[in-house]
Amino acid sequence: MTKPVQRNPQLNANGELTHLLSTEGLPREVLTHILDTAASFMEVSERDVKKVPLLRGKSVFNLFFENSTRTRTTFEIAAKRLSADVINLDINRSSTAKGETLLDTIDNLCAMHADMFVVRHATSGAPYLIAEHLARVGRSDIHVVNAGDGRHAHPTQGLLDMYTIRHFKKEFHNLTVAIVGDILHSRVARSDIHALATLGAGEIRAVGPQTLLPTQLEKLGVRVFHDMEEGLRGCDVVIMLRLQNERMSGALLPSAREYFRYYGLTTRKLALAKPDAIVMHPGPMNRGIEIDSDVADGAQAVILPQVTFGIAVRMAVLSIVAGN
Amino acid sequence: MSIEKLSLRNGRLIDPKNGIDDKLDLHLANGQVAAIGNAPDGFSGARSIDVSGQVICPGLVDLAARLPDLDSELAAAVAGGVTSVACPPDTRPPLDEPGLVERLVRRCADVGLARVLPLGALTVGLKGEALTELNSLARAGCVTFSQGNVPITDNLVLLRAMQYATSFGLTLRLHPQDAYLAHDGVAHDGEVASRLGLPAIPAAAETVALATALELVRATGAKVHFARLSAAASLDMLRRARSEGLAVSCDVGVHHLHLTDMDIGYFDSAARFDPPLRSQRDRAALSAAAAEGLLAICSDHTPIDEDGKQVPFGEAAAGATSLELLLPLTLKWAAAEKLPLSTALARITCDPAAILGCAAGHLAVGAPADICIFDPEAIWELSPGQLVSQGKNTPFMGCGMQGRVSTTIVGGRVVFSRQPG
Repeated sequence: MTKPVQRNPQLNANGELTHLLSTEGLPREVLTHILDTAASFMEVSERDVKKVPLLRGKSVFNLFFENSTRTRTTFEIAAKRLSADVINLDINRSSTAKGETLLDTIDNLCAMHADMFVVRHATSGAPYLIAEHLARVGRSDIHVVNAGDGRHAHPTQGLLDMYTIRHFKKEFHNLTVAIVGDILHSRVARSDIHALATLGAGEIRAVGPQTLLPTQLEKLGVRVFHDMEEGLRGCDVVIMLRLQNERMSGALLPSAREYFRYYGLTTRKLALAKPDAIVMHPGPMNRGIEIDSDVADGAQAVILPQVTFGIAVRMAVLSIVAGN
Repeated sequence: MSIEKLSLRNGRLIDPKNGIDDKLDLHLANGQVAAIGNAPDGFSGARSIDVSGQVICPGLVDLAARLPDLDSELAAAVAGGVTSVACPPDTRPPLDEPGLVERLVRRCADVGLARVLPLGALTVGLKGEALTELNSLARAGCVTFSQGNVPITDNLVLLRAMQYATSFGLTLRLHPQDAYLAHDGVAHDGEVASRLGLPAIPAAAETVALATALELVRATGAKVHFARLSAAASLDMLRRARSEGLAVSCDVGVHHLHLTDMDIGYFDSAARFDPPLRSQRDRAALSAAAAEGLLAICSDHTPIDEDGKQVPFGEAAAGATSLELLLPLTLKWAAAEKLPLSTALARITCDPAAILGCAAGHLAVGAPADICIFDPEAIWELSPGQLVSQGKNTPFMGCGMQGRVSTTIVGGRVVFSRQPG
């Protein structure tokens, strides 16, 4: 009621990116700057000596409160190519059992002179809590990069998806992009939707059964389809989402078999999209559940380039939030 | 300070139940209201307090306040002008045995600030299975019977509870929320939860539970109070039930009159409530229903320490400290709805007193001398240091408030007076 509107906690007073928490609310120039910077880092990975000294002497802590080999590895590679010291902490349930709270952990790492936290957490909003806490204790010099929080956001995945789309399609305005699958539980989908909307994508579609779509998704600027064939018709980009094992049978979905029949991407269904449509997936894939092997290994799939671009995008994010 | 006789002079006396809003003196003796207007015989030389510029009203009656620490929270109650508080049974251990209730009543009497009205547990251990000894609990001092925030999932148990309670004229209090539909939700099922990726609780979780309970009320004739409604769709169901003559009443938490799911902002755990803050449309409907008198207003005071709120939104404990904010937040609501002061005060005095069946909540001669005196013009800013409650968790921290309690009287005894400045 009488509370002042909160400033976007990702941006400092000069409007510069100081934390990367979500693709939502970031101006188009910030997104474009990240993608351009990533493009300039692409050649670093192809050199014999794959390093630039932008983060020399800086300590990057990978704080993974939830397991993820792939995301953690790509962040580690990105930080090392920027010459940072990388410390990996797998904070499993045992440290919670010892009674240490999330913010106790953060305070301890601050005392070890951390410069950056890359945070993965199972609960939506955890990186915001950390960023707020750092501001409260006067440590705004430490930067937070969200590596995935609950169902909320996975902004570096969203950005690498944008990089991939721009790489293959050059621009966004005339594109129709379909995101297919479990959008309700997907932080990737939310990050993609916000980034696509800001970058001016022509049409963003969400395809899935109602059990896997969040309420009022249309308000995020998305056209909703329950029929995958309708949803794919005329698309330029198809982003498939991973279906978690525990959601394959129960009240959300009857079975993986039925899911594949209605929402699995096959060559036949892909033929409804434009002939030059690209197929993306954040990985790891469930072959035969959300995507058929023929498509995953086919000419239109750009799933492995996504991984390569991911390192350049994460290098760009780490260097930009650090003030380079 | 215990005194026999006390006169409150030169204030504006507002007693919503008895239709009084006038510049009248109030005279108290033997723990009761002795006279209104002119001093009765025997008051010459009695102690008097000059309360010019202030409002004298019945002490506030709060339908739900959690009191994890009796000393601090009852002190918070009287600092907020609250003289009677109903305490939900989801204490540790829950209030499911007469001995526990008697002990609570005794300890509250020792503290001697606000009156505490314990709500008895409806089922043993609040497990929703076996009924407690409702009559023994009532004899020990329980005014109604509730599950706190714990649902009864088995409708047969709910039906039996209504049948049994009705046999003895006892009232139930239910927090209508279907446990399966609420599931692991932490926020209203709407745009905000979809955007933030928060597990959601649909409004249907409330209306489905309410529809079930109302059908069982129709079948049994039970007296039921529905606590802390949050959804617009519930209100028409209750209006219909009341027009049929069912013995149902309901309330709203004061925060739900002011805030919506938009106030979650960037995962602000201070805005985590049970039931969740819902949409602007729901908030407006609740506000209108409170204005028309369908809903009483409660604080739903829930003091939570820092550790309970300094965690990600979805892991944070629900609720806010609010005994000391019930009056200013109710006044703020009334100002926004352009309601007379007397109507606003009815929602936090005589209306909840009628629901609880207690003698307080009004100021007729012979009523308990439970009084709240406040300065309706005082403007202050909420800061942690100003709260007597151990809980400093409130989404209103740093906000401007209007209206402040200066003196609270319980049973004719001044139990709180704010030092000037």
